[in-house]
Amino acid sequence: MSRHERIAVVGVGQSQQAKQRQTSIAGLVRESVDAALADAGLGFGDIDAVVLSKTPDLFDGVMQPELYLADAMGAVNLPVTRVFTGGSVGGHAAIYAAHLVQAGLAERVLVVAYSKESEGDFTWALSRPLPFHVSLGAGAGGHFSPVIREYIHRSGAPEHIGWQVAVNHRLNATRNPLAHVQMPDITVEKVRDSPMLWDPVRFLESCPTSDGSAAVVVTGEDEADRISAGTGRPPAWVHGMAWRTETGHFAGRDEVNPQAGADAAADAYAQAGITRPADELDLAELYIPFSWYEPIWLENIGIAGIGHGWRMVDDGRTAFDGDLPVNPSGGVLSGNPTGATGLVRFAEAAQQVRGLAGGHQVDGARRAVGHAMGGASQFHAIWVVGAERP
Amino acid sequence: MREVGVVAFAQSDCLAANRGDDMADILAPVIAEAVASLGIERSDIDFFCSGSHDFHEGRTFAYIESLDSVGAWPPISESHVEMDAAWAVNEAWSWLQLGEGDVALVYGIGRGSLATDPDQVSHTLLDPYYLAPLHPHRHAIAGLQAQALLAAGVTTEAALAQVVARSLAAALGNPHAQRSGSHAVHDLLAQPYVASPLRAHDAAPLGDAAAVLVLAAGDRARELAARAGRRPAWIRAMDHRMATHYPGSRDLTRLETVEVAAQRATRMAGFAPADVDVAELHTEYSHAEPMLVQALGLPVGTTLNPSGGPLAGNPTTATGLIRLGEAADRIADGSARRALAHATSGPALQHNMVSLLEGEE
Repeated sequence: MSRHERIAVVGVGQSQQAKQRQTSIAGLVRESVDAALADAGLGFGDIDAVVLSKTPDLFDGVMQPELYLADAMGAVNLPVTRVFTGGSVGGHAAIYAAHLVQAGLAERVLVVAYSKESEGDFTWALSRPLPFHVSLGAGAGGHFSPVIREYIHRSGAPEHIGWQVAVNHRLNATRNPLAHVQMPDITVEKVRDSPMLWDPVRFLESCPTSDGSAAVVVTGEDEADRISAGTGRPPAWVHGMAWRTETGHFAGRDEVNPQAGADAAADAYAQAGITRPADELDLAELYIPFSWYEPIWLENIGIAGIGHGWRMVDDGRTAFDGDLPVNPSGGVLSGNPTGATGLVRFAEAAQQVRGLAGGHQVDGARRAVGHAMGGASQFHAIWVVGAERP
Repeated sequence: MREVGVVAFAQSDCLAANRGDDMADILAPVIAEAVASLGIERSDIDFFCSGSHDFHEGRTFAYIESLDSVGAWPPISESHVEMDAAWAVNEAWSWLQLGEGDVALVYGIGRGSLATDPDQVSHTLLDPYYLAPLHPHRHAIAGLQAQALLAAGVTTEAALAQVVARSLAAALGNPHAQRSGSHAVHDLLAQPYVASPLRAHDAAPLGDAAAVLVLAAGDRARELAARAGRRPAWIRAMDHRMATHYPGSRDLTRLETVEVAAQRATRMAGFAPADVDVAELHTEYSHAEPMLVQALGLPVGTTLNPSGGPLAGNPTTATGLIRLGEAADRIADGSARRALAHATSGPALQHNMVSLLEGEE
């Protein structure tokens, strides 16, 4: 990050992740916006740009929601940009906010993200019949399960790995009151015995659909120092950030280990001066919608060697008390407001290095990675955040 | 600010309904044309950004199909706005300020023709609890705004007809236009209303088209533009501002967001909208023109929408991008030294962007 102004996260807000039929979309969004601004000690008048992250409009039925949400986001007379890159969008939005600061176009940018899945039908929207395509109605799991099978085939991972990841993440969620799925009595046996949805993915290895929102305030260095001096809460410094996209459909593509994900991670680590990610990171918040994506992403972003990600799970290294906890918040498996899910990963990484993660705080977390993935694993966004000024 | 300019612009013909090509087929030749005009390869492009729209396209992740035209392999640095692609230009322009690359390609693709019943789509743009359930048809809120303008004495039905007549006549010179022609004002005024005081010709037609714009920075822009035999159109300023959503809680006759954006753009560019030779305005309805002229402070001599503007072709989510491209082309062909491009989004011009462009001294 040497060539540009240093970037920091100075405020974070999140709503409860749950089915929230009693709350309007605007109310849900406002909850996180208010919390993020309060964390940063800022008011609406202090914000000079807003970036909205949201997954497809068809998920919850509002076209171009930045228009309807202008008032809820306090965005009247501000520039508002609505970014959309699949599930990775929250990460893209945070990085675009950082770019606005680095470009000198804004000093304090509010990043807002949400989904209201209870007002739509996610699996329907992901399974729309298209001309010249067989309509399977299979949703996201139908897409990802063959990729998981291929991972298992290549790595020789035993089948309990997926069950163990599900247990780890759900146990982590019991430490996070905002997490949607609360299953303190979950066991490997319960996951194993839960219904098969998309072979080999079982019900308890799958993410829920949730309502929820998240917001963060991103600033440059001087503002971060001024704000944290005022609030007494430290900023999370961005040590590296990158996004990459690859084409979704062609024969030479490896969806088990997508090049775009590996390239994005390598770029972010290079900016952060990280050469041994497994040793230099204290935790990871990864976009893991189905349990097997933990070993898949650990390998893809260079934390584990190819074929060895599952061993980190098996050895307990990624559990809450392991040496590199993955998704201490409970992760996507415990709460998945899709439009916000990516930003939640970025925000959780920031809260950990700020020491503000509450009940799921990882002791001594100084450097963390936030990761978001979208589409058919073709959109990737990642940032490395740290407690130290880079 | 880093000097960033438009060095290429290409667009497909805007058709009322393209039933022969899918999204990628419409877009791919336009990308190829823009890139080829600069004598570069796709791999020479450092950043891609696009605008498209799931609701108009009637499918989730419409944008992924358009990416097939880019051929994102090896992996690329890329972003997307689910908005008019004018906002993708804004993101690409911001990205180029970082100095991590020198060339960015922006595309917008719109297929407004796909909806079986556009009235069933348009109201989903509104507050889903209080406004959308009213199911206003797609011209209803524009009609309210136009009526308010008449009541305030800002314009007249005859003046709106003149805007349409002038735009469609100008479009006779635009080979990409969907609609063009010579129309007498009294003939236009004899047409029936679709949302009084608006008639069918007062509304930009739905259509299908793609547009591609290439931005480049500094000397790289000069080099590429020279290869294309044109002058870079430097984007001296871009600013956009959002208004409240609720049509009932703002003065529909005044575009405060345009005023704010114009003031800020003026400070950034060092010249004002009043100083431009040509303005390309995102007029989805004829009544937007007098409002924009007033809010921007455009003097009588400013050439407005020489392309014919959106009233001659409106491929949703590419329409604002085309305004930037047309403005840049007027600078490239020497017919303007300074130009303004406006883009809008939302009901009754809720969200507005003002860009100021300038040719080399």
